Amino acid sequence: MSDKKPISSVNDFVVRFANVNGSGSASANEMFARAILRHGVPVSPRNIFPSNIQGLPTWYEVRVTEDGHLGARGGVDLMVAMNPQTWDKDVAGIEPGGYLFYDSTKPMPSTKFRDDITVMGVPLTAITNSTYTDPRQRQLFKNIIYLGALSALLDMDPKLIEQLIGEQYKGKEKLLSSNVHALHLGRDWALQNLKCPLGLRIKKSDKVGDRIFIEGNSAAALGAVYGGATVCAWYPITPSSSVAEAFTAHCKKYRHDPKTGQAKYAIVQGEDELASIGIVIGASWNGARAFTATSGPGISLMTEFIGLSYFAEIPAVIMNIQRAGPSTGMPTRTQQCDIIACAYASHGDTKHVLLFPEDPAEAFEFAAAAFDLAERLQTTIFLMLDLDIGMNHRLCRPLKWDDAKQYDRGKVMTAEMLEEGRDFGRYLDVDGDGIPYRTYPGTHPTKGSYFTRGTSRDRYARYSEEGSVYADNMQRLVRKFETAQDLVPRPLQANAERPTKYGVIYFGSTSPAMDEAIGLLEARGHQLDRLRIRAFPFHSSVASFLAEHDFVYVVEQNRDSQLRQLIVNENGIDPVRLVPIVHYDGTPITARYIAKAIGDHQDHLKVTPLRKAVS
Amino acid sequence: MTYIAKPKFHHPGLKKNDLGYTHRDYEGKISTLCAGCGHDSITASIIEACYELSIEPHRVAKISGIGCSSKTPDYFLGNSHGFNSVHGRMPSVLTGANLANRDLIYLGVSGDGDSASIGFGQFAHSIRRGVNMTYIVENNGVYGLTKGQFSATADRGSKSKKGVTNTDNAIDLVAIALQLGATFVARSFSGDKSQLVPLIAAAIRHKGASFIDVISPCIAFNNHAGSTKSFDYVREHNDAVNRLDVLVGRDPIAVDYAPGTVQVVEQHDGSKLALRKIDADYDPHDRLGAQTFLAKHAAKGQIVTGLLYVDPDAEDMHAHLNTVETPLNTLEADTLCPGSSVLDKINASLR
Ligand SMILES: Cc1ncc(C[n+]2csc(CCOP(=O)(O)OP(=O)(O)O)c2C)c(N)n1
Ligand code: SF4
Repeated sequence: MSDKKPISSVNDFVVRFANVNGSGSASANEMFARAILRHGVPVSPRNIFPSNIQGLPTWYEVRVTEDGHLGARGGVDLMVAMNPQTWDKDVAGIEPGGYLFYDSTKPMPSTKFRDDITVMGVPLTAITNSTYTDPRQRQLFKNIIYLGALSALLDMDPKLIEQLIGEQYKGKEKLLSSNVHALHLGRDWALQNLKCPLGLRIKKSDKVGDRIFIEGNSAAALGAVYGGATVCAWYPITPSSSVAEAFTAHCKKYRHDPKTGQAKYAIVQGEDELASIGIVIGASWNGARAFTATSGPGISLMTEFIGLSYFAEIPAVIMNIQRAGPSTGMPTRTQQCDIIACAYASHGDTKHVLLFPEDPAEAFEFAAAAFDLAERLQTTIFLMLDLDIGMNHRLCRPLKWDDAKQYDRGKVMTAEMLEEGRDFGRYLDVDGDGIPYRTYPGTHPTKGSYFTRGTSRDRYARYSEEGSVYADNMQRLVRKFETAQDLVPRPLQANAERPTKYGVIYFGSTSPAMDEAIGLLEARGHQLDRLRIRAFPFHSSVASFLAEHDFVYVVEQNRDSQLRQLIVNENGIDPVRLVPIVHYDGTPITARYIAKAIGDHQDHLKVTPLRKAVS
Repeated sequence: MTYIAKPKFHHPGLKKNDLGYTHRDYEGKISTLCAGCGHDSITASIIEACYELSIEPHRVAKISGIGCSSKTPDYFLGNSHGFNSVHGRMPSVLTGANLANRDLIYLGVSGDGDSASIGFGQFAHSIRRGVNMTYIVENNGVYGLTKGQFSATADRGSKSKKGVTNTDNAIDLVAIALQLGATFVARSFSGDKSQLVPLIAAAIRHKGASFIDVISPCIAFNNHAGSTKSFDYVREHNDAVNRLDVLVGRDPIAVDYAPGTVQVVEQHDGSKLALRKIDADYDPHDRLGAQTFLAKHAAKGQIVTGLLYVDPDAEDMHAHLNTVETPLNTLEADTLCPGSSVLDKINASLR
């Protein structure tokens, strides 16, 4: 039937599961990804899901990648088509020579298939219905049955899957054995009725190493625990809710007083984002480490308070798990589109510190560091994740913590310091770094109290509308922002093998796709130096990088090339030399996309005009 | 410079409280509000209440939103930290502050514009959460700072200074606070210091969400005929349900009323509230009764003042969250950070 040779590949292909939301497939699909990891083969899975409504289509994509490419690849080699609603689109998305797996209880006419793919029908519903009577069981075990069939088709070791099931249902013997049974039902059926294995296969390898498999939101929440956050106020919004939920779970485990059972933390689900950031600001003003997690619409609501944090100099940590905007945009699709909104959030002249982790490991590190930075700089720190890292499992290096580390509580004047007779002016730049001292409420009976306000005031926190006093304060805030440059994570540069006039700047979740794209570009004959920006304000090395290259591509996942705008704005660079490469359809950017966009531009640059062709 | 320093002169003969503090120790900067503004009388009552309770001024955190009323924390307790946050959002800032350090006393000061309009949600939710605070609304029925627009507490049919009639229904913050589960609810009048001072003192001693609605005429924009928040109107329509004394144990107050007309309520912290009844049937432990009582009197155009409801066994937000006794802002890495060995285990569980 097939007029295209079936794809043949070991440990390097993309499987996509098309399911119906609410069918309980998520855990079976995730188990599939984990089982491949247990074979020592890296995977990079992605959830593609609608706003959370039962019955709508969801997809789960697993990129199997011996080379460890963790970005999305694009294209599908094996489609597990379990959702009739999306059948046509799913079948159309298969690469030529690819495979289609479907429930053949009611066999499809061959016109519903393509000629250039291999179709495997397994009568999943028939098998489940003949084995189980309970409707919920039928639904759940159907997922395990297709997992079993796939294990045979892809030549996976069933023991490794059984092990995973064992870990998941530890202590629940009945569930364990029934899941293992379902797994073998599917596996045996495939072995007996289909040609196993396919051209696509999993072969044991050793490419995973000691890496861990974790979602960015969970890692960021753990970072907040390690970073000493004691107050969390939040309001549910996709894709950030799992940060607060994970923080709650981590705190329940690690933050209860063993003797009294009392909590060494407080988590409040605010009535909205205004309240959430207000609680964070109140708690931080009073000396606790506090944070909120939100997404674009929440940031919009918080901006008045963010301005207060900036001007009144109160620490705050906001984790912004970006999704596609503007407005409600595409709530369950990824983008890096709040760069400008966060960098300059609120009215008047403001500038805020942004951190851009590339993966869960950095999300953990930067989240913990954000609390030090917030207290050191006495301002809002944004941890800029996005849905792609936040809500997907990613392989990353193990999380690390140095037990010698003490929290940097910043410049806090204590009762003893006040007693010594130190001059306390809340907005006095004692050290020339723009950062003043603060006192916590209740510090001293007669010294060090002051009034915090969003209105203008002098260095001693006394209300003043004097122009020069206001300007003095605003200048100090600029100085403070300059100080921040050397406190935030520096950009990381990687140079091409040969000297080149071309560079590329990127950040955050684009990182794995960029790493892979560099290889593709080299194969096309293009050499590029790379700079991964990890924070705003930009370190001076960003300006040097720009100066050293004729053209610098700025790769980002939004329409308006917001990072590029910010670079131009903050560095006074000629925008012509910064070439925007943007991707913003809500899916994660792929190496193929980057390599094509940059490659085409490079090819174009390399065409030397034929001079004097016509004389 | 708009800042006016208050001369630091203490008359040697000034009366001192138990801590040796005089009234002056509870004062703040000189008020910049209009002379005669009701808010200044409330400031005076707060000073008086804190003096009488012998509170250490620096152990109070005073938090407000934006408005004339919200400016007042600058005018009392000069040795305590103040926070003039953003319009309508005092409750969330106070909630956060309270979470960070449960050992301080939290005074939230707000206006009717601040709390009944832009901040209505935050007002409601802070009450609902049982934040241990004294939440005072200085209620003048208008926006003072933005010069005289109606606020959401302006009564329907009342007239603005320019003669415009308010056609919207009024929000009764006391009724709402009762409905939301505030465990201490009172209403008073800025011009009635003898009622207001003990109410503020009792609210401070109360462990839970205390709410006091204080009618506070704005002499610039809402003290004319046709206003239902003017001095004259409130004096004429005030119906006090009780008079209050706060007994802090050490200083028993001789009750000079006939037995049966005084009811003593003991609060969690040991302080006693002695309610001297004026309205013979009034029971301040009956939340539902209070709601009905209020509604009936409002229909008659009467403003009921006094302690309307108290639950002496109230618990606060920290109890609900089961947080440690030690203030969260004093916890350091040694107690907060699970450490690298735990992290190694977490790593292992993620493979
Ligand atoms: C977001 C925002 N909107 C509007 C204002 C303008 N504003 C300042 S105070 C105020 C109303 C104050 O009224 P109220 O709380 O009743 O206090 P009063 O001045 O009457 O004591 C308004 C609308 C503001 N500061 N912030
Ligand atoms: S405008 Fe009204 S509320 Fe404001 S200070 Fe003057 S009298 Fe008081």
